[in-house]
Amino acid sequence: MKVRAQIAMVLNLDKCIGCHTCSITCKNVWTSREGVEYAWFNNVETKPGIGYPKEWENQRRWNGGWVRDASGRLQLRGGGRFRTLAKIFANPDLPQIDDYYEPFDFDYQHLHEAKASQHQPTARPRSLITGQRMEKIHWGPNWEEILGTEFAKRSKDQNFDNVQREIYGAFERTFMMYLPRLCEHCLNPACVASCPSGAIYKREEDGIVLIDQDKCRGWRMCVSACPYKKIYFNWKSGKSEKCIFCYPRIEMGEPTVCSETCVGRIRYLGVMLYDADRIAEAAAVSSDQDLYQAHLDIFLDPRDPAVIAAARAEGIPDSWLDAARASPVYKLAIDWQLALPLHPEYRTLPMVWYVPPLSPVQSAADAGKVGLNGEIPDVRSLRIPVRYLANMLTAGDEAPVIRAMERMLAMRAWRRSMNVDGVEDAAVLAQAGLSVEQAQEMYRYLAIANYEDRFVVPSAHREYANDAFGERGGCGFTFGDGCSPASPAEALFGGRPTSPYQVPPARQRPDRERA
Amino acid sequence: MNYLNDLLFQVFPYVAIAVCLIGSWARFDLAAYTWRTGSSQLLSGKGMRLGSNLFHIGVLAILGGHFVGLLTPHQVYEPFISSPQKQVLAMVAGGVFGAVCFVGLTILLVRRLTDPRVRATSAQRDIVVLVLLYAQLILGMASIFVSAGHLDGEQMVRLGQWAQHIVTFRPGAADYIADAHWIYKAHVFLGMVLILIVPFTRLVHVWSIPLTYLTRPYQIVRRRQAHVDYLGR
Repeated sequence: MKVRAQIAMVLNLDKCIGCHTCSITCKNVWTSREGVEYAWFNNVETKPGIGYPKEWENQRRWNGGWVRDASGRLQLRGGGRFRTLAKIFANPDLPQIDDYYEPFDFDYQHLHEAKASQHQPTARPRSLITGQRMEKIHWGPNWEEILGTEFAKRSKDQNFDNVQREIYGAFERTFMMYLPRLCEHCLNPACVASCPSGAIYKREEDGIVLIDQDKCRGWRMCVSACPYKKIYFNWKSGKSEKCIFCYPRIEMGEPTVCSETCVGRIRYLGVMLYDADRIAEAAAVSSDQDLYQAHLDIFLDPRDPAVIAAARAEGIPDSWLDAARASPVYKLAIDWQLALPLHPEYRTLPMVWYVPPLSPVQSAADAGKVGLNGEIPDVRSLRIPVRYLANMLTAGDEAPVIRAMERMLAMRAWRRSMNVDGVEDAAVLAQAGLSVEQAQEMYRYLAIANYEDRFVVPSAHREYANDAFGERGGCGFTFGDGCSPASPAEALFGGRPTSPYQVPPARQRPDRERA
Repeated sequence: MNYLNDLLFQVFPYVAIAVCLIGSWARFDLAAYTWRTGSSQLLSGKGMRLGSNLFHIGVLAILGGHFVGLLTPHQVYEPFISSPQKQVLAMVAGGVFGAVCFVGLTILLVRRLTDPRVRATSAQRDIVVLVLLYAQLILGMASIFVSAGHLDGEQMVRLGQWAQHIVTFRPGAADYIADAHWIYKAHVFLGMVLILIVPFTRLVHVWSIPLTYLTRPYQIVRRRQAHVDYLGR
């Protein structure tokens, strides 16, 4: 047993209101620069939809993630090592900028400067890549917002696999959900495995997957290998970039920006202990539907004395073990089994998990379309949303999705009877396999969701800290070399200064402000 | 004239090679963030699969051919192949891969100059590199026709001796090239210019051929600091 720790995340989709606050705060902090205007380390998609970039879940098109070959070994879907190197001159699986969207801004200044005329002046779009006028904007990071675009286009969504087309057509406007997405910081990351330079790595202490910007050469294999399409190629610097799980904040014991600013309180951060020796075995189980259970099996119980001893032997600080015992992620994923991994069938063992949304079921129940199973709506009778969620979260196995939804519905029914009827309805809890103590804690974590319960991040430990003396005079987080964005060496060797880009753009220049 | 010949083919090669080696080292150390292939495939994949693959396969084969052909001493290959035969081999191989490279480079150059996204995001030096490579390739291809006029292998051996004298730090290297056809001189000179500009352009990525990928483990885990030993072992 080789114990490693990771700061994992759970998103409670049941409470996501699709406000994009996570995306905007993330963008302003990390990708408000030239070269990554189109890149969203965190984005929120409306589902059903093909998402951002287009059809990212369609691995027949992008060849992302892993596959298990006939001999039971894992291989990158894009091909083995020689095949990867053979694609180095032109990667046939690389998404194009139009698959994301051509980044644009509007000529707002024209509204100020237009001469008097018969017509109202307009702010027209302009490409942030070529600077040229864009006559029509065809796509954007949340183009399908609240079921935008035609259903015919959105229905290409891979999660509709094994759902008959005519049947889901009838559901065109009957269910919808939001899916905030970020890098999954996988245990078996395909991006790391595909990098010819070996520039991408997983941090042993907290499991954050990072790209060494000095080592990245821009071979762009990771972009296509990541099945979640969460690695972005910076066209200005020529390097790939990805979500860094706000590691400077995590090291200080603070939640990531997306988690901190989430107004719906849907995000949870906590330590998970896992057995690194069993990653390869878990990722290579034969059936896609067994991957969820295999993933659960390599998590370790932080209360088990044997695990504690092994963790200490690995040098994991006691503060991290304390945090692991208080981890909300452990409660949601293992104790209550409410949280499920996103697309386990990609075999990367993702570490950002999701609590399925109840809205499709609850709204149908309220409309009287679904029968009741005792006090709670009969989830099984709503085949399409359940099938859809199962395709998304458990490789098509409906049982874990139904279990999670029934538990949340039971907790609601229990609270309702307590508040409305003034009675404690333990029977409804028992129906979903919950004890009263569990339901009380679930209520505290899911409905109240206090800051201290949601985020249990151990702060930087002395043993993990670098020698501060060596970092004197440093400038913290930078790209490239040194504190200056354009050092003489950079200019000599073809480094290109990058201008920051504000979202929303800062259009007032200081000289105009004075005027 | 003799002075100019010495300057260009005795002194300049050392300047070019020194700048290339020391400059690459300095760039690696001082500005690693700028060390990149400079791919623009994200912005426009059109023509990339054909153009980039043809160009790179062609240029790598040509580079390898020059390396082996120029630096293998006459005595080493003589037992196996005569000079005239070797010249024909070089002309055929160079012609085939030159043609492959030419098609690819033409596609890439047209793409870089005409695709609005690629053009807008190109640095000046990206265009300069492509144009210089194009000129060098055309000179090299043209030299095949000059070579066809004298198939005795003599000129090729002399060029090889020039290169071998340069890399072994022997004087008098420039004498071997003094009375060569101007097209060889121009080709050699432009080749030296290309070596000279390596550290200042995206050409540095030729140093980064990622062969270690074939042997490294798939997963990479990095530790920020040494283990903490709680048990006091």
